[in-house]
Amino acid sequence: MRSLTLRAAILSLLVLALVLGAWHLATRPAPSVAPAAALTPEQIEYQKLLGKDPAAAQQKSAGFPTLAQMGATIVQHLAQPFYDNGPNDKGIGLQLAYSLARVGLGFLIACVVAIPLGFVLGMSPLVYKALYPYINVLKPISPLAWMPLALYTIKDSNVSGIFVIFICSVWPMLINTAFGVAGVRRDWLNVARTLEVPPLTKAFRVILPAAAPTILTGMRISIGIAWLVIVAAEMLVGGTGIGYFIWNEWNNLSLSNVIFAILVIGVVGMLLDWLFGRLQKAVSYVD
Amino acid sequence: MAEAFLTVQQLAKCYTAGGEPVFEDVNFGIERGEFVCIIGHSGCGKTTILNILAGLDAASSGHAFMEGREIAGPSLDRGVVFQGHALLPWLTVARNIAFAVRSRWPDWPRGSINAHVQKFVDLVGLTGAEHKLPSALSGGMKQRVGIARAFAIQPKMLLLDEPFGALDALTRGTIQDELLRIVQATHQTVFMITHDVDEAILLADRILLMSNGPRACIAEAVRNTLPRSRTRLTMHHDPQYYRIRNHLLDFLVTRSKAFQKGGGAGAPLEVAPGLEQPLEAAAHEY
Repeated sequence: MRSLTLRAAILSLLVLALVLGAWHLATRPAPSVAPAAALTPEQIEYQKLLGKDPAAAQQKSAGFPTLAQMGATIVQHLAQPFYDNGPNDKGIGLQLAYSLARVGLGFLIACVVAIPLGFVLGMSPLVYKALYPYINVLKPISPLAWMPLALYTIKDSNVSGIFVIFICSVWPMLINTAFGVAGVRRDWLNVARTLEVPPLTKAFRVILPAAAPTILTGMRISIGIAWLVIVAAEMLVGGTGIGYFIWNEWNNLSLSNVIFAILVIGVVGMLLDWLFGRLQKAVSYVD
Repeated sequence: MAEAFLTVQQLAKCYTAGGEPVFEDVNFGIERGEFVCIIGHSGCGKTTILNILAGLDAASSGHAFMEGREIAGPSLDRGVVFQGHALLPWLTVARNIAFAVRSRWPDWPRGSINAHVQKFVDLVGLTGAEHKLPSALSGGMKQRVGIARAFAIQPKMLLLDEPFGALDALTRGTIQDELLRIVQATHQTVFMITHDVDEAILLADRILLMSNGPRACIAEAVRNTLPRSRTRLTMHHDPQYYRIRNHLLDFLVTRSKAFQKGGGAGAPLEVAPGLEQPLEAAAHEY
């Protein structure tokens, strides 16, 4: 019997082949109804005068790239990921770096705010009850709804992007940290009490490790949301980043570039999730 | 009574303000080096009494003193072995014990801490399992770590909340023997909750019998007249054993109800059922 992994891999490749096959069939250049050869040179001339170049029309197909065109785009981008030819022509690696930097910074600030605040919320039922309504109102707001306010007050599109990442990352982390800290087993706290452990040691050596898996779950959710939001935020603020790249290529009507960017966003999002999954595994414990 | 190592006076606990107390008029004392077990039905407030002694819970009225000073909060002078072992699951066996040792002696260098930890790991027979996580240990081994952790801070008094309740009979037996050996070697003062009559007779010098709650109280203090050299294997050959055992069981089955709401102030009646019959009669019996 073959292993499950192997069978899954075969099935996975089969699905890929099917999708690529469908793509190939769908983008096959349609046989021209009236081939250029059928036209007399005068007719071609006349068509050109009308602005309808039959040769060009054949060359420029439906607009959706064929597999070959797509492959060429991928190779071209991967061969030169970091070139910089001015504001509207930067390598995909460079654009990704901009996006990742924004996400990283916004996420980091969110960590710095949400984790200590979550600790306070989790430890003090009073603070939790007092802040709960605010959290519940602020949490469901789409991060992009903050954008105009951010642009007006911060007056810097780049910082506004980071702010939007911050605001969307902060809630899952805050709630999960509070939940994790509040849920630390009474027994473990009692152990710390009977050992007369000082409060800071208790926070770092007992509560933090006990709540770490829950906190990391919050961080994993946050980074996922942040990566979703950055694309939309960069489409709005423009300038740099993978979101802007997509918008720019849409304006260029270069669908192969758009598709390539979509794939890159997916792969990077998967890597981020994998990274936080690893971290989560590292801090989790079996009770 | 006032000179005892640990004194409990008129202790009562109400969980609802103005409601009926779970227990009241609880008075007893524990001498230095004494092993005292408390037996009673569920809900009579044994764990609450232990938590008050540990400083984890506060009494509604009454006082508890250790060495003449009122118990007002948790202290490193009283080591607690929790019912559910309460090991920190992300720390290895050695680190769990080291956590306690470092709390007790924050200025010790790493070497002394490790040596001290190793001593107590060896003491409970866990040599070789120092670097395992609690999840990799059996229930009995976990409880041993809990005991080692409580002993390692060398408290003046040890509080055990039904430490062997979740263990199977065989494991329980070996750990009881180990506990007895350690306690006798260190002359540790111990207060322990148990549901197991045999365990109480094996381990305790004195057994406090609690009546049923609410309004529970300590009905009797049974002196264990079996020699301290008793072991699990030989104990039941002593005629006193059955008299004590019957006395305890009689209390749990029938008399514990009668004491309800009859809580007497002052120290509980001390009895020594093991010596009730003349020794000649006992000898004749066997």
